[in-house]
Amino acid sequence: MKKCSDLVFRYMRVDHLPQIWCPGCGNGILMRYVAAAIDDLKLEREKVVIVSGIGCSSRAAGYLDFNTIHTTHGRAIPFATGIKLARPELEVIVITGDGDCTAIGGNHLIHAARRNMELTVIVFNNNIYGMTGGQYSPTTPTGEYGTTAPYGNIDRQFDIPLLAAAAGASYTARGSAYHTQQTIKVIRDGIANPGFSLIDCLSPCPTYYGRKNKKGSAVDMMKYQRDHGITQTQWDKLSEEERKDKFIIGQLTKNDYPGYTAIYRQIIEKKRENTENKDRK
Amino acid sequence: MSRSVLMQGNEACVEGALAAGMRFFAGYPITPSTEIAEACAVRLPQVGGVFIQMEDEIAGLAAVIGASVAGKKAMTATSGPGFSLKQENIGYASLAEIPCVIVDVQRCGPSTGMPTSPAQGDLMQARWGTHGDHPVIAVSPSGVQEVYSLAIRCFNLSEKYRTPVIFLMDEIVGHMREGIVIPDPDSYEVINRPLSGVSGINKTCFHVDPGEWVPRMAPFGDGERYNITGLIHDESGFPTNDHDTARKLMERLFQKISCNYDDIVQVENDMMEDAEIAVVCFGGTARAAKEAIREARSHGIRAGMFRPVTVWPFPEKELRGWIPQLKKIIMAEHNAGQMLREVQRVTEGRLPISFIGKIDGTLIRPDEILQKINEANNEKMQ
Amino acid sequence: MSKVLVLNPDWCKGCGICAAFCPTEALEIVLEKASLKENNQCILCGRCEELCPDYAVFISDTEKHS
Repeated sequence: MKKCSDLVFRYMRVDHLPQIWCPGCGNGILMRYVAAAIDDLKLEREKVVIVSGIGCSSRAAGYLDFNTIHTTHGRAIPFATGIKLARPELEVIVITGDGDCTAIGGNHLIHAARRNMELTVIVFNNNIYGMTGGQYSPTTPTGEYGTTAPYGNIDRQFDIPLLAAAAGASYTARGSAYHTQQTIKVIRDGIANPGFSLIDCLSPCPTYYGRKNKKGSAVDMMKYQRDHGITQTQWDKLSEEERKDKFIIGQLTKNDYPGYTAIYRQIIEKKRENTENKDRK
Repeated sequence: MSRSVLMQGNEACVEGALAAGMRFFAGYPITPSTEIAEACAVRLPQVGGVFIQMEDEIAGLAAVIGASVAGKKAMTATSGPGFSLKQENIGYASLAEIPCVIVDVQRCGPSTGMPTSPAQGDLMQARWGTHGDHPVIAVSPSGVQEVYSLAIRCFNLSEKYRTPVIFLMDEIVGHMREGIVIPDPDSYEVINRPLSGVSGINKTCFHVDPGEWVPRMAPFGDGERYNITGLIHDESGFPTNDHDTARKLMERLFQKISCNYDDIVQVENDMMEDAEIAVVCFGGTARAAKEAIREARSHGIRAGMFRPVTVWPFPEKELRGWIPQLKKIIMAEHNAGQMLREVQRVTEGRLPISFIGKIDGTLIRPDEILQKINEANNEKMQ
Repeated sequence: MSKVLVLNPDWCKGCGICAAFCPTEALEIVLEKASLKENNQCILCGRCEELCPDYAVFISDTEKHS
């Protein structure tokens, strides 16, 4: 008897499952959405590269059956940049976390966005450092608790898609573990977008973030996503006050600015030609 | 066909790397290595390669490792503070066995120090800079011609042994301009990494075939699927906490260097055949040492120069070989005594060693070495 | 070709998400594992499969499993 669905069987390294994440962690749900989006796009599996950093989220690379590389903390995006520049025909997807991507790796995020490097960055955003046991991250809301914020977090939180869009990303979106179809769609659209895509995927962490902040069980945290995630259209109709505890699920920004490797390829073509002509003379 | 050109050391590093097949460079501007990035920016697109200036030093090496994983020969260059920042990813390349070349054009001082002044204070950092036990190959040139040829050698060693190689230049050779001969491509060997040629899932991507030292590599995108990690991993490339697996992996990483010592280690012996006094030095310091021993010879003093070209692993066998005929060693280096420790370790107190070290950004002059040679010669007479 | 709900207790961590979001309340957690209630009300909608973090519950074609 088969142990899992066709989707999981096809795109994951089943002999490494079950995964190591805690019961009710959203990362497993989101990892399945990534596989579903890749399946929808019918990408050639040998041409897909998954790059991850360090942290709970970054264990995803090991479970996905593509070319996968689990790199150093915060550096998934520059590793991915090197892969993409070396072989622009590859579809390079970064799976990272809120700490990995926006704290230790924050500089790389904004610069890859500024270059509009043709990468899809999927952030499994659980508002906490899970792997190390519950320290506050750049997306822990102000006033909430972590083991390193015992008196309440006084930092303000990053809005990751807003940050990426401001830095120059050509596609930004938000999904969540609860919003299945919407999240698969934005991952799919993000991969299909030729430039830099950033998809903020909200991931419940019942073990650390949830427990520290009395958010209830995994089920309660999923319900929170269900009850507070709204569409752009709904958002537009709300007052500033009504928007307070809501977040948009779906595409946030998009533009057609050309990708970095596409522009660099033109330089290569031009300079190569010039040099060859010179050689001929 | 070979041709003669006037070239700066940093430029020669790029031309040598290109000759070795480098097609990717990622880095960050830093004195005195910046000309390497500048030359790569000009030259790489001309040969179909890629240059990118990254947002910081860490990203420079990260992108280089990424490009290498995707099948390109890749290099980064840095200096001083930048070399400190690259250390974590050097460790990654070491454990994950990703070929790459890291050029460090050494400058003076800890921290920002004296950016335009020469020093050789990164010798021990090249050996021990990244955390954890790890093997290392580091190579140090003494002139522009050698920068060119050793850049090729760095890539060859890196590809052959699937390891990061540190090209330990210094400001002396980096900014030196000399006439050099660009050799005919047929006159030197270019080594490429061993390829696996597997298609589909590779569950033994870190398996080493009998008689080989490193696993065969599969560039991402060539049709193979596997996992790379900076965690201790098994033959399938997956993380493990199994102590047996960890020990075997670490032993092999060390042995692929130690068991190939003779292939990796190079030294220069200048007038050492009958030498009683040996000046030991590396990198740009050799210029002054050569002048000093020639001057000493002209006065009938039997002085020679022993220079590790491969500085790591340290050429202990070669140095040990000279001990019986020597009366004294003069260690000259632009640091506070880093290679001195290695020389002391190897000579085990069997020889007196006098030391010339400079850490103020000035150069060791030939007359300073000559003075030590003369002192040694007088001691011998007494 | 008919479909069937499959549970894999080896991978199930008993988080309860499948049971909580099942539109027909067909699932429950028994001894920390997801299981189908006795009065099987499963309509094979697949919502449990979409939300299971551990891929321990899914809808499958019966033919492939026979």
